[in-house]
Amino acid sequence: MRFDTPATTNPIDQGKVVGKPIHRIDGPLKTTGKAVYAYEWHDRNTRYAYGYVVGSAIAKGRIRSMDTAAAKKAPGVIAVVTTEAVGELKKGKYNTAKLFGGMEIQHYHQAIAVVVAETFEEARAAAALVKVDYTEEKGAFDLAAAKDSAVEPEGGGASGAGDFDAGFEAAPVKLDQIYTTPDQSHAMMEPHASIAAWNGDDLTVWTSSQMIDWWRTDLATTLGIDKEKVHTMSPFVGGGFGVKLFLRADAVLAALSAREAGRPVKVALPRPFLMNNTTHRPATIQRIRIGAGRDGKITAIGHESWSGDLPGGGPEVAVQQTRLLYAGENRMTAMRLATLDLPEGNAMRAPGEAPGMMALEIAIDEMAEKLGLDPVEFRIINDTQVDPENPERPFSHRNLIGCLRTGAERFGWRERSKKAGARREGDWLVGMGVAAAFRNNLVLPSAARIRLDREGIVTVETDMTDIGTGSYTIIAQTAAEMLGVPIEKVAVSLGDSRFPVSSGSGGQFGGNCSTAGVYAACVKLREAVAQKLSFNSAEDLIFAESEVRSGDRRMPLAQAVADEALVAEDRIEFGDLTKTHQQSTFGAHFVEVGVDVATGETRIRRMLAVCAAGRILNPITARSQVIGAMTMGVGGALSEELVVDKERGFFVNHDLAAYEVPVHADIPHQDVVFLDETDPMSSPMKAKGVAELGICGVAAAVANAIYNATAIRVRNYPITLDKLIKELPEIS
Amino acid sequence: MQSPGAIEISRRDLLAASAATVTVVSAHSLSHAQTKATTESQSTKVTFKVNGESRELRLDNRTSLLDALREHLHLTGTKKGCDHGQCGACTVLIDGRRANACLTLAVMHEGDSITTLEGLGQPENLHPMQAAFVKHDGFQCGYCTPGQICSSVAMLEEIRANIPSHVTRDLTAPAEITSDEIRERMSGNICRCGAYSNIVEAITEVAGRKA
Repeated sequence: MRFDTPATTNPIDQGKVVGKPIHRIDGPLKTTGKAVYAYEWHDRNTRYAYGYVVGSAIAKGRIRSMDTAAAKKAPGVIAVVTTEAVGELKKGKYNTAKLFGGMEIQHYHQAIAVVVAETFEEARAAAALVKVDYTEEKGAFDLAAAKDSAVEPEGGGASGAGDFDAGFEAAPVKLDQIYTTPDQSHAMMEPHASIAAWNGDDLTVWTSSQMIDWWRTDLATTLGIDKEKVHTMSPFVGGGFGVKLFLRADAVLAALSAREAGRPVKVALPRPFLMNNTTHRPATIQRIRIGAGRDGKITAIGHESWSGDLPGGGPEVAVQQTRLLYAGENRMTAMRLATLDLPEGNAMRAPGEAPGMMALEIAIDEMAEKLGLDPVEFRIINDTQVDPENPERPFSHRNLIGCLRTGAERFGWRERSKKAGARREGDWLVGMGVAAAFRNNLVLPSAARIRLDREGIVTVETDMTDIGTGSYTIIAQTAAEMLGVPIEKVAVSLGDSRFPVSSGSGGQFGGNCSTAGVYAACVKLREAVAQKLSFNSAEDLIFAESEVRSGDRRMPLAQAVADEALVAEDRIEFGDLTKTHQQSTFGAHFVEVGVDVATGETRIRRMLAVCAAGRILNPITARSQVIGAMTMGVGGALSEELVVDKERGFFVNHDLAAYEVPVHADIPHQDVVFLDETDPMSSPMKAKGVAELGICGVAAAVANAIYNATAIRVRNYPITLDKLIKELPEIS
Repeated sequence: MQSPGAIEISRRDLLAASAATVTVVSAHSLSHAQTKATTESQSTKVTFKVNGESRELRLDNRTSLLDALREHLHLTGTKKGCDHGQCGACTVLIDGRRANACLTLAVMHEGDSITTLEGLGQPENLHPMQAAFVKHDGFQCGYCTPGQICSSVAMLEEIRANIPSHVTRDLTAPAEITSDEIRERMSGNICRCGAYSNIVEAITEVAGRKA
């Protein structure tokens, strides 16, 4: 099904199942330990071997030699597979750094060997016996130091309209500030893990992947085998946030070592490998300049961002939202990319907008103060209903103003002290902050197969993944709505490369696109049912209560099935509605903090997000996505920072004790409001993404609340107490 | 279960051994130091109860309780998130008290009674805490969930037993089940999906129902 004209009325609009607060259909499995994750597949007739990874101890250089003699002699060892023995491997399309193979070291903890033994304990002990001789080279690890050497990234990425320099120069009120965001880690709970099993030339891999087909393709490329020979499965994924978008070393090592060992091998990356072996959100240095008239209208807005990556990598597109979020006739954005020899920088929840909004939304708060305007009103004054760089291009649907107004009302924004540092409750300085939320709506093709059996059971098969997002549930809701059956009659099978290729999970496109793919397949199945039941056309049929109805004629749905199940498969493909119209999602974050006047410790007291993101397919799972993103945003504001050892070139705090993500005690009750809307330009579902929208702006709302509480403006994340304590008021 | 003192010593030894492992990976020049202690593979027979059923295993002494459950008994409801005692995904109940199964060796649990998530309830017969997690959507990816649920069940018993926490204001009064107490006491269980707000609501509901 090609989606190239705005959606009109369709069965999803009935809203009998879609849009209802239905509890996760996989909930009972996940709460009882019956959901099986990658490392947990077990066949009682198979003897699995265990692989333990060895990572590079240097950040840049070459391996001179590897001595595996002691490891090979260690008890229980079956095989030692080294990067030296394997030699150069082809790199997957989506990987910047190579995952394994060859003597070159590109970053710390790059995989250089895997030791396979009968037990995990034996493999781990023997891995410690691998001796490596390196030739170390000097690398670049410090973004600030490399900033001046940064170049325009491939493809440019600069944008503009009007004359920014002249507009900024002429503006009566100006802001020119630098903001920094640190490297961040996804820190999902399930480490990367794979089990690989060969049957002749055929390879089966149970792994933890957000994108089944990308992994399958890149694994085949890396191993130099035919993609058709590779079968990958990830029915349950213990979080990803972007780090499981692209093939990772565990799958490659499991496949290579299973071939060497001649039996299935399990490989999990130890927790410390997550930070330095895989990908991270790159640090940024951002310069923002805003010029406005005394009426509060922005006349010039400029945003530049510097980030670093390994050779062949890309920039963190932190300027993305500034092209679209606020009006203003004179505009410029630009990015510069430095070469750094840190581990690979790549997508983490809302790449671009998440760090970009961390900076932009502080700048907007600062500018509102300069203008003497309420920060909610300043944002409303500068709303735009068209793409400001291309005014002939409207937004498909944009209700940022509704988010801001609803949020201000619900949060009690009028109680906020207009003067910073003026509200004190005992030992606490109290403040409120606001930020806009903004994230583009991306669309990717997505396919599904639907089977209807004689008992009226509908089975959906798609290689879509559920990484905690609620895919199982919203896909079941979509099929139930389309075919008029109770949700209990829908079975959903996900995350298997034998199923039609879906959008996968990422970029907040998964919910909208994968359900649109299921919609397309259901339309085909409806046509097949109509034909089997001898209705003239599927178009005016009503599918309800497990029946098919047209006028007075009613037939049980299951009657369309003869001996064999009725099967339909289709794929949604998107035309150019995303080009003719700017499709984005909007929101507003409101935060109240208390800052301890003596210690500078910040505590979050209240949080509210109001989101305008098209049709909400399931308010329970959508709300969970948003509160989760708000929580990650708090981490970004207050504690999350990968600390770079600028001498040795690695992230020092590579575990969950030292890389501090929010815990229970850090997060209060959170409120989320979804504005009631649909976006017919987005897909037949009229839905957009929410999972990444929820993080965009949160950290800035926290930063702005801290400013409102303390009158201290911190522009370098995370806002730890050492950045506040020197400027806090004297206490007796 | 052995005395806390004995566990402390064993835990320190374990940490020393794993620190050496990490050092070798991160600093090749030290790679000669650590060989002898780790190459000796010794096993011990251990018998303990898991979810009410007596289990006898012969295990490599280095096997954590977590790996004994997951890799030897195939009870994979208990999750390995960090293997360092930093995330809480492996929380189980040992003689009714919560513990990180990754931080204790299986052979230390001769005669102990261990309860994992699978022992609390099954999909068709959910424990009240499991049902409350489903109702309040107290999870997303589900990987921290077993630890959260086991931890919360034991945590409520700790409050009922009047064991104070960092946020308990009055040590002489009976401990109360408040949101602050729940958040403080559950902070050893990390949820990166960020379901905390919902988890606290699930626990609060169960606490109220029982009280």
